[in-house]
Amino acid sequence: MKRYVIIGNCIAAAGCVEGIRSVDPDGAITVVSEETHPAYCRPLISYFLEGRASLDRISYRAPDFYDRAGCTVLYGRRAVAVRPEEKAVELDDGTSLPYDALCVATGSSPFVPSMEGLENVRSKYSFMTLDDAIALDKAVAPESRVFVVGAGMIGLKCAEGLLGRAASVTVCDLADRVLSSVLDFECAALVQRRLEEHGMRFYLGDSVLRFEPDTAYLKSGAVVGFDVLVLAVGIRPNVSLVKDAGGEVGRGIVVDEMMRTSLPGVFAAGDCAQSFDVSSGESRVLAILPNAYMQGHAAGVNMAGGREVFDKGIVMNSIGFFGMHAMTAGSYDGEVYEEKTESSVKRLYTKDGLLKGFMLVGCDERAGIYTSMIRERMPLDSVDFGLMKRGATTAGYCKEKRGKMFGGVV
Amino acid sequence: MNMKRVYVNEEWCLGCHLCEYNCAFANSGLSDMALALKGKPIYPRIHIEGDEKISYAVSCRHCEDPMCVRSCIAGAISKQDGVVRIDRDRCVGCFTCVLVCPYGALAPGESGAMLKCELCLQNASGEPACVRGCPNKAIVYEERGEAE
Repeated sequence: MKRYVIIGNCIAAAGCVEGIRSVDPDGAITVVSEETHPAYCRPLISYFLEGRASLDRISYRAPDFYDRAGCTVLYGRRAVAVRPEEKAVELDDGTSLPYDALCVATGSSPFVPSMEGLENVRSKYSFMTLDDAIALDKAVAPESRVFVVGAGMIGLKCAEGLLGRAASVTVCDLADRVLSSVLDFECAALVQRRLEEHGMRFYLGDSVLRFEPDTAYLKSGAVVGFDVLVLAVGIRPNVSLVKDAGGEVGRGIVVDEMMRTSLPGVFAAGDCAQSFDVSSGESRVLAILPNAYMQGHAAGVNMAGGREVFDKGIVMNSIGFFGMHAMTAGSYDGEVYEEKTESSVKRLYTKDGLLKGFMLVGCDERAGIYTSMIRERMPLDSVDFGLMKRGATTAGYCKEKRGKMFGGVV
Repeated sequence: MNMKRVYVNEEWCLGCHLCEYNCAFANSGLSDMALALKGKPIYPRIHIEGDEKISYAVSCRHCEDPMCVRSCIAGAISKQDGVVRIDRDRCVGCFTCVLVCPYGALAPGESGAMLKCELCLQNASGEPACVRGCPNKAIVYEERGEAE
């Protein structure tokens, strides 16, 4: 009987379990779960803060998921080393777990730069785990002034989750706009305006010079008093287990399309891994939930001796605030097609006869049709792009393609 | 998995949009069509696409390997007995499924939670209402293999 070990217990791990079981119903699966919760929907921690997702609903799978899959989960245990030559994982309690195939699905951790006086701030939090969210939930009172450093997805979703339950929420970011990793200035301005309409305050293009226990002094000269501080500056993939074992790492753990690392018998999946990005043609960390699941699933299938490739990865995001949705995908490279209104921006990027990426704010109907054009590298001269760029529709495909899409099982 | 799905023969589709109304009514939980739909915005799970030359109805394909199931950040979409279903109480309205569905087959309902075709298996219609009400029998409910 084959022995599988998965380090990490979130979306990629759940995908890995399901991938293994799709090939091998009998092998022994052990999941090393530093977090003490069953796999949960990580992006939902902001909805939990907001009161829109309860603890029992945040679980990614049914309560009997591990039992039914025949998994042993070691809750509260941390892997401290991978020994590929012995095919074993060393745990923090000194025990050793032997494996035939290993999946490293360790995710990422918040990155906290050194800031003067930060050590004197008592009420400070990250926003990465359910335990972080539970701690914040306890810390924030209706009279709390919340200060969030970082206006990326994590910082903004946290800020949104707290907006209705704190006296004030103020957000600061070094970038000149919100969501700077996925939106340009104009799109970001629409999102920012929506958040400001709901009472969020911003200091953008600004940074904290120093902290006092309940005050932040910003570079611009602004002074922000706070009761609760959230640090959401950035994240870093957890690569050390593979790196220390001599495996190849870049920003993330380097994997091929079968999710194999450079270490024999060791796979990696999810936010800790970097893999091929179809739209840019580069190897990147594709740290989004759908990719984590698909990479985990592919890793699981391959660990069990099947074959599944993950070669359609792209960066994509859907993020919404108070009914305004921003959807982005691919790379913002090439010629731009643009439509704008007071409350929406649509930009499609084409290059070399292919759709490469898009930014859609406030206009997201059927965006998946565009996403699939990027993913499938669909030649634009094979479709009626004149029609499709105005509104995402399958009517721009030729009759044969439509026949394939709609005429049988897909 | 072999199972019946909803298919449309685009050469017979008149583009009359009746399927959209029948869908919205079947999923309204009401027994009176006028009460359910009259003067209200409707939220059908099937929609007519096309231009002046061609039209056809699009609804969930219940894919063999559904991107929406793999992508749902709330674990709200699952495939059960071949049918892709959504637990609307778990849906947080993040639009990730809209971002990944190649068919454009999901859209938000009135509450913001997503709606998709579940073949009317759970509502009072019991079989796809779009098929039953299609005046030109362009929409059919049958078992097929992969398209040629």
